[in-house]
Amino acid sequence: MEAMTLLAWGFDSLLGLALLWLAWLALSCEDLFRAIVLFVVFGLLMALAWMRLDAPDVALAEAAIGAGLTGALLLAGLAKLGVDDTGEKERPENRSVQWLPMVALLPVAVGLGYTIFSLPTNAPGLNAAVTANLEASGVSNPVTAVLLNFRGYDTLLEMVVLLLALLGVWSLGGTALRREAAAGPVLDTLTRLLIPVLILVSAYLLWVGAHAPGGAFQAGSVLAATGVLGLLTGWRPRSTLSALPLRLVLIIGPAAFIIMALFTLLIEGQLMKFPPGKAGVLILILEAGATLSIGATLAALFLGEHPQNKARK
Amino acid sequence: MTTIDYLSAALLIAGATFFLAGTLGLLRFPDVYTRLHALTKADNLGLGLTVMGLALQAESWAAAGKLLLIWLLVLLAGASIAHLIASGALQRGIRLWKR
Repeated sequence: MEAMTLLAWGFDSLLGLALLWLAWLALSCEDLFRAIVLFVVFGLLMALAWMRLDAPDVALAEAAIGAGLTGALLLAGLAKLGVDDTGEKERPENRSVQWLPMVALLPVAVGLGYTIFSLPTNAPGLNAAVTANLEASGVSNPVTAVLLNFRGYDTLLEMVVLLLALLGVWSLGGTALRREAAAGPVLDTLTRLLIPVLILVSAYLLWVGAHAPGGAFQAGSVLAATGVLGLLTGWRPRSTLSALPLRLVLIIGPAAFIIMALFTLLIEGQLMKFPPGKAGVLILILEAGATLSIGATLAALFLGEHPQNKARK
Repeated sequence: MTTIDYLSAALLIAGATFFLAGTLGLLRFPDVYTRLHALTKADNLGLGLTVMGLALQAESWAAAGKLLLIWLLVLLAGASIAHLIASGALQRGIRLWKR
């Protein structure tokens, strides 16, 4: 087994170095498009690193949201910026402006490094507490138990952050997604084949989250990928759909969380404290709502402008 | 090691060889079209062999089926995206490489 541990050690070192190198390249790259591609590659390798750390839930989320959807959002943003690739080279600002944040960030980096190195090397964390209460949580995947039951309000706030981001984009006005050309037969066929599969995968991830890696955020981002694929091939939500129905889908996740929080507060006397017998069902309902909202919010972020903008003009 | 272990090791090594060849082609070939050729052909076969090697070690038929599904999805997406990149490059007037 000596050879295997050596091999694993070598692989991990290579992975860590590659991550640092990619992060530096993505930050120092002058060409924005290249920087985004590097960022996506960084996200994929980061997912691999999470797998090496035995955190498949985080790896899934990193691959789906960090690499996939954030990459798509950044590319859509770049397309809307309308920056000419060639005009990017000449930068008027002087070097001191670039050095200033670096000097300011140095103490932060030193502080973070100090904190990390002063952490106890073998901390038990909350592992034992989670395992002891897993029975009562209604699910058998400890990550889902923490996210939806023990620390449900954390997830509620995350959903609200996503919604706020979308409201921010909408209130800024946003610009429509440019369409360079009509989708050809290849993209069209691919989309027709993939969209049902993606919806199925999303439902599977939602369902499997109760006892294996998966859950609302992963399922929601796959659902959002379905929307992004549709938007890229020229699909736009109909005006009747984008009025009330879209708003309802956007708030169904946070609303379900808030209603659940209020009910548990009134009945059980504590925020997000589920009755043990019904916790499994309640978590599934919450996750289903969250999946729909996350998917719709991320896809709407990709579209940028409010889908009804055109109708008003 | 059983016969199955040897077989799956052989498949995995063959798959890795295809990935290596594909990467080499991506780095060394002269233009976008030939690079796409190297990348998609090698990735499809390389991933196919890797999936076969892993499926031999799978604990259940369901796990092997999921691996196969991953390969089919990558085949579909890889071929389509290679086509899209190539047609996009043609539209932008990138010339075909000639010796």
